[in-house]
Amino acid sequence: MPGISSLRFNLRLLLVALIFVLLLLPPLLNALPAGHPLRVSDFVVAVTGKWICYAILALSIDLAWGYAGILSLGHGAFFALGGYAMGMHLMRNIGDRGVYGHPILPDFMVFLGYKELPWYWLGFEYFPFAMLMALLVPGALAGLVGWLAFRSRITGVYLSIITQAMTYALMLAFFRNDMGFGGNNGFTDFKDLLGVPLNTPSARTGLYLAAFGALLITLLISAHVVQSKFGRLLIAIRDAESRVRFLGYDVTAFKLFVFVLSAMMAGLAGALYVPLVGIINPGEFSPGNSIEAVVWVAFGGRGTLIGAILGAFSVNALKTWLTSFAPDLWLLVLGALFIVVTLFLPRGLIGLIKRRGA
Amino acid sequence: MKRLILTLLLVLGLAPICFAQNEFNATALRLGGSFGEQAEAVEKLGLSGDPRALPLLQALADGKLARMPDGALRIGDADALTGAPADATGASPVRINNRVRAALRSALGRLQIVSPDPAERLRAADGILRSRSAQDLPLLDAALARETVPRIRERLVLAQGAARLASDDEAMKRAGIESLGASGSEAARTVLLEARTGNAGLAEAIDAAVARIDRQLAFRRAGELLFQGLSLGSVLLLAALGLAVTFGVMGVINMAHGEFVMLGAYTTFLVQEALRGTFLAPWALPLAVPAAFLVTAVLGAALERGLIRHLYGRPLETLLMTFGVGMMLQQAVRLIFGAQNREVSSPAWMQGTLMLPGEISVTQNRLWIIVFGIAVLLLVMAAIRFTRFGLEMRAVVQNRRIAATMGIRTGRVDALTFAFGSGIAGMAGVALSQIDNVSPNLGTGYIVDSFMVVVFGGVGSLAGTLIGALTLGVFNKLLEPYTGVVLAKVAVLVGIMLFIQRRPKGLFALKGRAADQ
Repeated sequence: MPGISSLRFNLRLLLVALIFVLLLLPPLLNALPAGHPLRVSDFVVAVTGKWICYAILALSIDLAWGYAGILSLGHGAFFALGGYAMGMHLMRNIGDRGVYGHPILPDFMVFLGYKELPWYWLGFEYFPFAMLMALLVPGALAGLVGWLAFRSRITGVYLSIITQAMTYALMLAFFRNDMGFGGNNGFTDFKDLLGVPLNTPSARTGLYLAAFGALLITLLISAHVVQSKFGRLLIAIRDAESRVRFLGYDVTAFKLFVFVLSAMMAGLAGALYVPLVGIINPGEFSPGNSIEAVVWVAFGGRGTLIGAILGAFSVNALKTWLTSFAPDLWLLVLGALFIVVTLFLPRGLIGLIKRRGA
Repeated sequence: MKRLILTLLLVLGLAPICFAQNEFNATALRLGGSFGEQAEAVEKLGLSGDPRALPLLQALADGKLARMPDGALRIGDADALTGAPADATGASPVRINNRVRAALRSALGRLQIVSPDPAERLRAADGILRSRSAQDLPLLDAALARETVPRIRERLVLAQGAARLASDDEAMKRAGIESLGASGSEAARTVLLEARTGNAGLAEAIDAAVARIDRQLAFRRAGELLFQGLSLGSVLLLAALGLAVTFGVMGVINMAHGEFVMLGAYTTFLVQEALRGTFLAPWALPLAVPAAFLVTAVLGAALERGLIRHLYGRPLETLLMTFGVGMMLQQAVRLIFGAQNREVSSPAWMQGTLMLPGEISVTQNRLWIIVFGIAVLLLVMAAIRFTRFGLEMRAVVQNRRIAATMGIRTGRVDALTFAFGSGIAGMAGVALSQIDNVSPNLGTGYIVDSFMVVVFGGVGSLAGTLIGALTLGVFNKLLEPYTGVVLAKVAVLVGIMLFIQRRPKGLFALKGRAADQ
């Protein structure tokens, strides 16, 4: 038995190494001189960078769902909140270069007749503060919702529906103009981050590498968590929550910890995503986004970490490829993917690979 | 012209206006006199409210009125006063100056109050209301005696009150305040508050009348809010009833439920199009109810037998899988019917508004949806309680293996139960087609709310679903005036989450298959 498990472990390690080496290729090949046969376009770098952020989101979902059995249908909300925190910083960075040229207020606030910055915008001019908020705000929300839910022993589909209601409510709220977050237009027209204009190749490469690093670090953290004794307990909670509780463990605290950690990872993904794509709006809160992210994890293979990353890349690659020539078909294919994964691929792509290996 | 006058007289029931024939004729003949005489006559005719004056003044304004040398008036080849054919040789057009023109404008505006066209009468009443002159009182009294259209009457009462307030007579003013106070409308309140500055002596009476109106308005608003809340509640009830069967009773979570509702609405659209032009067309909506039930029930049975069956005992997978099914259904409908809204018309007996006592206005179609919601609820309850199918369903939910040993084909019961719940969703779609846009994403807006209703009311309890739906609906509408539509929704969602803290067991007391853990 130890032989098999170590073989599996090596296979997984090999897969991880392969993915990360492949991920280093786009920025390297992009740096080649124009006209070189191997040079990839800026578009490829931008799209791959976006997928890396999605992979971090998928990883965070896998940590909660694959290991602790918490199926959150509202992780898109944590992702979007992190994105909004970063968006607020980027808006403050615009300074007086907006259309209205106001030294402090972003354009949409001038347009809506704001006289001064709302209190909750204070501090976002500092990058470290914004980054901190991108982690703390999703973490705090997850802490609150998780505390309310777990202490009442709300599990399974009930928790899923409540988290879905959470992201739905946030979406409705962020669509409002008087929330002070730009209403349905959200934030866009960003200028620069940390003094580097966002539309330059160096900024793009920098953001890409930041996302790459973040994926590596979150994967290491997640791997550390799930391989510790704590990780064993999470799996035990997933498979027999009541039994773990009766053995004397504080299940609520364990679940809360992993849920908050997962939400902070999602927030980080959102914060990296916004400068890459240059826009954030309330559409990111839509319940459909969250559930789509869940399918990435299911498709890749949940409870494996690497499967989540694999799933995020493969489903999004399929989406980008398909929407380029048959956008109408995408939702049909995605719907079919939900069915195929749940009925025929309960262990996802990783399960397929493992079965081959065995 | 004669015919027109005759119809006018007929329509107005020979206007009971005390404006004697001779006096009318004498005044009318002065229209051919000097400019000063003309202006005076125009004003007098305008205030008379006499329907016969309208064509005369119109002719004068259009320059079609002519004067014979003997002073008689002609319009074309007819006598202007009697309308009888008459010789018009030697007639010269009656000229008017700017003063007469101004008088004509206001007189014609007033005389529209006797027009056969309700829209014109309403406009005239508004004009008189704006002028606020006590001179108009006889005209308004006469018009009020005739008027039968409620909306115009309301306007006239308002104008009458305003005109009374504008008079110099103290008693008349008090009568005006009284009638305005009794009318209970927002506009009367404005008129009263305006008059308050000029009538210091009457301030007390005016304040009392305003307070009376405020009470009436508050009562009406509360009544209307309650109705809107019940209406929203019945919509939620319809949307959630199917879920109460599939999720509440069977424990199967079906995220495609909203899409079944949407398919029910599209079935209504198809039935309407199929029956268009036939004698059955007015009955398209009632006929769509069984059609929608059948379509979604068959789809539901297929979904249960084909897919969901394989995932029993794995609720999270069921959730994801049915979400995918919903996504495919939605996209398929979008590809077939297009993304734009489809028009489903209401039959005549569902249109219009109904006045309840206390002047609470309710729209007919919303009222019908409340009735329909209750009917469907009773139907579902009866089906579960009194039919063989309901008995088998309850047996399977309570103990599947014992039920099977008693000879119940549990698989068949599963399929039928799921089909039943899906069919109810389809019927909800028929109702929603009346008040919402029939578009591919019709169902998405209801799915979260429906789950909230089922969870809030208590899983597995139909009565709980009823209470939950009505409570949520009424709360939502009561909050809306203070918080706006969106925040009310958010507040209700937050409220449910907090409520679950207090009553987790009561609300999640699972019976049936999902209670495994």
